[in-house]
Amino acid sequence: MSILRVDNLTKTYASAGHELTVLQAVSFELQPADTFAIVGPSGSGKTTLLGLCAGLDRATSGSVWLNGIQLDNLSEDQRAAVRNQHVGFIFQNFQLLPTLTALENVLVPLELRGQRGAAKTALALLDRVGLADRAQHYPAQLSGGEQQRVSLARAFANRPALLFADEPTGNLDPDTSERVVSLLFDLNREAGTTLVLVTHDLDLAARTQRTLRLRGGAVLADYANIAHAQPNA
Amino acid sequence: MHSPPPAARPAVSWLFRMAWRDSRRSRARLLLFMASIVLGIAALVGINSFGDNLARSINDQARELLGADLVLSANQPFARTLEPRLRGLGVARVQEVAFASLVEFRPGRGVRLAQVRARSGGFFYGDWETEPRSAAQQFGRAGTAPGALVDDVLLTQFGAKVGDSVQVGRIILPITGRVLKTPGQSGFASAVAPTVFIPQALVVGTGLVQRGSRVQYRRSYQFAPGTDVDAVVKTLQVQLDQADIDADTVAGRQKQVGRSFADLTRYLSLVAFVALLLGCVGVASAVNLYVREKLAAVAVLRCLGASGRQALLIYLIQTAGLGLVGAVLGAALGAAVQSVLPRVLGDFLPVAITMSVSWPAVLMGLATGLLMAVLFALLPLLSIRRVSPLRVLRVAFEDDTSAPDPIRGVVLGVIGLFILGFAYNQTHSWKLTLGFGAGLLVAFAALAGMGRLLMWLVRRFFPAGWGYVWRQGLANLYRPQNQTLTLVTSVGLGTFLLATLFLTQALLLGRVQLASQGSQANLVLFDIQSEQLAGVKSLLTSQQLPVLLQVPIVTMRLTAINGRSTTALKKDTTTGIPPWVLSREYRVTYRDSLNASEKLLQGTAPTRGPDGTPLISVESGYLERAKLKLGDTLDFNVQGAPLRTIVGGTRELDRSRVEPSFLVVFPAGVLEQAPQFHVLLTRTSTTAALATVQQNLVQQFPNVSAIDLGLILSTVEDILGKISFVVRFMAGFSILTGLLVLSSSVVISRYQRVRESVLLRTLGASRQQILRITLVEYGLLGLLASLAGIGLAVLAAWALAIWVFEVGFGPAVLPLLGLAALVTALTAGIGLFNSRDVLRRSPLEVLRAEG
Ligand SMILES: Nc1ncnc2c1ncn2[C@@H]1O[C@H](COP(=O)(O)OP(=O)(O)O)[C@@H](O)[C@H]1O
Ligand SMILES: [Mg+2]
Repeated sequence: MSILRVDNLTKTYASAGHELTVLQAVSFELQPADTFAIVGPSGSGKTTLLGLCAGLDRATSGSVWLNGIQLDNLSEDQRAAVRNQHVGFIFQNFQLLPTLTALENVLVPLELRGQRGAAKTALALLDRVGLADRAQHYPAQLSGGEQQRVSLARAFANRPALLFADEPTGNLDPDTSERVVSLLFDLNREAGTTLVLVTHDLDLAARTQRTLRLRGGAVLADYANIAHAQPNA
Repeated sequence: MHSPPPAARPAVSWLFRMAWRDSRRSRARLLLFMASIVLGIAALVGINSFGDNLARSINDQARELLGADLVLSANQPFARTLEPRLRGLGVARVQEVAFASLVEFRPGRGVRLAQVRARSGGFFYGDWETEPRSAAQQFGRAGTAPGALVDDVLLTQFGAKVGDSVQVGRIILPITGRVLKTPGQSGFASAVAPTVFIPQALVVGTGLVQRGSRVQYRRSYQFAPGTDVDAVVKTLQVQLDQADIDADTVAGRQKQVGRSFADLTRYLSLVAFVALLLGCVGVASAVNLYVREKLAAVAVLRCLGASGRQALLIYLIQTAGLGLVGAVLGAALGAAVQSVLPRVLGDFLPVAITMSVSWPAVLMGLATGLLMAVLFALLPLLSIRRVSPLRVLRVAFEDDTSAPDPIRGVVLGVIGLFILGFAYNQTHSWKLTLGFGAGLLVAFAALAGMGRLLMWLVRRFFPAGWGYVWRQGLANLYRPQNQTLTLVTSVGLGTFLLATLFLTQALLLGRVQLASQGSQANLVLFDIQSEQLAGVKSLLTSQQLPVLLQVPIVTMRLTAINGRSTTALKKDTTTGIPPWVLSREYRVTYRDSLNASEKLLQGTAPTRGPDGTPLISVESGYLERAKLKLGDTLDFNVQGAPLRTIVGGTRELDRSRVEPSFLVVFPAGVLEQAPQFHVLLTRTSTTAALATVQQNLVQQFPNVSAIDLGLILSTVEDILGKISFVVRFMAGFSILTGLLVLSSSVVISRYQRVRESVLLRTLGASRQQILRITLVEYGLLGLLASLAGIGLAVLAAWALAIWVFEVGFGPAVLPLLGLAALVTALTAGIGLFNSRDVLRRSPLEVLRAEG
């Protein structure tokens, strides 16, 4: 069974009287543990597509099945539950809660599920991203790269079936980016998570198994990456 | 295919944990939101706790208030037939005869109308405090030389002292003591009618108790401990009723005094409630800003799988927790406030108050404050449920606000019901409750309307040609996240309360002052017997004083209305006729025309019918309350002689004129032969002339009383001053709350301001310019808020003047402008003071912190 199925997805905005189609009849299907990149120039609809796949927004037409659950007719609160159970997120601007410490940020998805031994799991994850000693620090006390690593730990905390990452390195310098990206792929492989990565960086996209190219909201190309066999080449 | 998983169900404790963690970085600031409710709760707890203490003190001291276990009183000497019954009552008795009379302090210190109480002894209970102490103990005791005990107020006024003498009617007595406190008499009462105590045996000698004089006869009884006095009174009730004797017991006094003071504290607590409401408006607007700051965090939580309800609960718990802290602070402050209140209210209180914290009042204040704060905070918090998780992907994403939130309506409804419920609980009157609610609604709506209008006007007629500072300051009034509405409402309401107080006080005083102006009378002589009339007139003429008006007065009682006896009517509760109509002593005059201060409404002026029956004229309000109509018959007992009359017409009175007013006016030719006395009105131009005429009156016509209207005026001014101090004290809480709301709004918006002013400064604006922009913005807000508040107050006072006091209205403009200037300066000052932080920090420091 596919882990994510997108069928004929269309999104239009009614703005200033006329309709603006930002996504047009997009379809694809992913199997468990696939890694998948969505690329395209700015404004081509990448973020819109990601938001629809993750159940953050509703499509104008078309359907999304996530882990076998059809998202289209769920209420916002039901979709929130789906996200909590099956989905992890990484954002360009990290989106850590500024009032919570690093540890507490990682704890949120765990505690939200009412999971036992959450603190132990969270600490282990922070250790895995190399920030065990920064557990009690607030986001403002961490560098951009460190913040993104905390958000990696948070994304994997609830052992998601799917991980969505929107331009995860967009706000980072190349060296820091490299460290975050290899952590992302390592964690992903260890957990067997399906990865959906949005980027305009073609080199980064090439490290996934498959790339979807968007332009003006329409699929330009959908192809397997040959280079993916040697991720560090 | 899978079904969607059930919603994440974290332990409830997680919500509290999140609320606690999330508040960590902004607790001090959050506390400031709640500071707005502290003063309102303090005022509420203070006044209610004080009210509880007062009620308890009145209960404890009711016996001391009455000074006896039972007091019987009547307007005429007690019937002889009752004596055998009365003689057997109680274990000790004191008789009293009380009347008003001019008294003269000798030698030549002055004359004033005083309440003379001729008693056969002291009081059984309570402190009758005199100087020297022995004076009260010796008073009325056999074997001691007779002397008068005189109220401190009187002695002070005339600079007299113990050892001087005082003339009461025809007798002259040495002053043996200064009375500092009398059981049952507040400082307030002795200021209005200061008392002279004389031994009862001397009453006949004064020559003041004559036919037609207004005299109260009282008997005080002490019973053996444990006697059920009310049961004793019950056995006597029928006889007492027949003899027109009122019985006053400890329990009755307790109820009566308790009730009037409960009313007082209830109305004051409404004033406190307004302060609380104002604070809640501040809370709502502060929370509104706070929520906007938290939208990003909420979106992340939603993204991670928290439901809308859970996100709302986290922030609701946070605000409720802080509300609780604010409420506790307020309650503690309230406990402190209540200990100040006896000093504020001192002169009005009949009893000494023992203070202790009233836990019901504290709990009630806590609950009210917390509930109101949470309800008001809920209004902005509700939008958290609708925050879209999409915000994590797009910063400027707009939430779904298209459909109105039905829960918001529910919360508003609950707030409205709660306010009405509170008001009803305080006033026990639906009319007042609805009036209070409507008044609040109008005031809030008018002020909020002004705020909106200002924003619209500034935007619509934006002075594009003005200088940069002005344009920026003006734009701040309507840009997103402005606080124009909140500030105009809160500062405006505070100003409104202050200005209304000022205007109504001026209105009341103005009404009294009318009396002392122009050619109106300022000295009223009354209790003049018919045979003294010529003498008193010639006394006035010899001193070149005019007789402005001469009115004969006859006293009588009502015996029947339309043939039904008043006794029967009293028993019939369905008539709706108030008891005073049936049992009072009517003081009527007779003439064939209406005078200048009266207006005919219906029927005719007083005249005699074809068969000689008097067609009387009754006052319009009396006609209504006594449920009369033209053509009804009224039977009177004119000091023994029955007299049937017909209601021939109604009049309306202009009460601002200094003239004796009458409920009932007879036609001429009916009462001329009845026992009567006369009232003369005159005007003295100097205080010396006033003193001379009073002195001559005491010497030649000791039973004639004179009211110095100037003295009344200054007494009334004094009392009004004290009342308005009390109300101002309570309104002060509203004004302080307004300033707190102002402060907290400025501080809360500071975070947004820092960024902006740094941006401006990086772009080259000087500190001076930023300072001036702030000044323009808050100065304008303060000016508009104060003008709106004053405008509302002028409207309210005008309505009061026209419909309640029925006088012309011309507000004093200068003090009002002064108030506007003060409020504007305060607002601008607080705005600047709280923005100083924005200016002090260097742009770089801020940018780094923001990054
Ligand atoms: N709420 C909206 N209303 C109207 N247009 C929108 C809205 N959100 C996004 N868009 C438009 O949709 C298009 C795709 O946006 P986005 O998915 O963010 O592109 P990308 O992530 O590829 O840069 C853009 O042209 C953007 O302007
Ligand atoms: Mg994007």
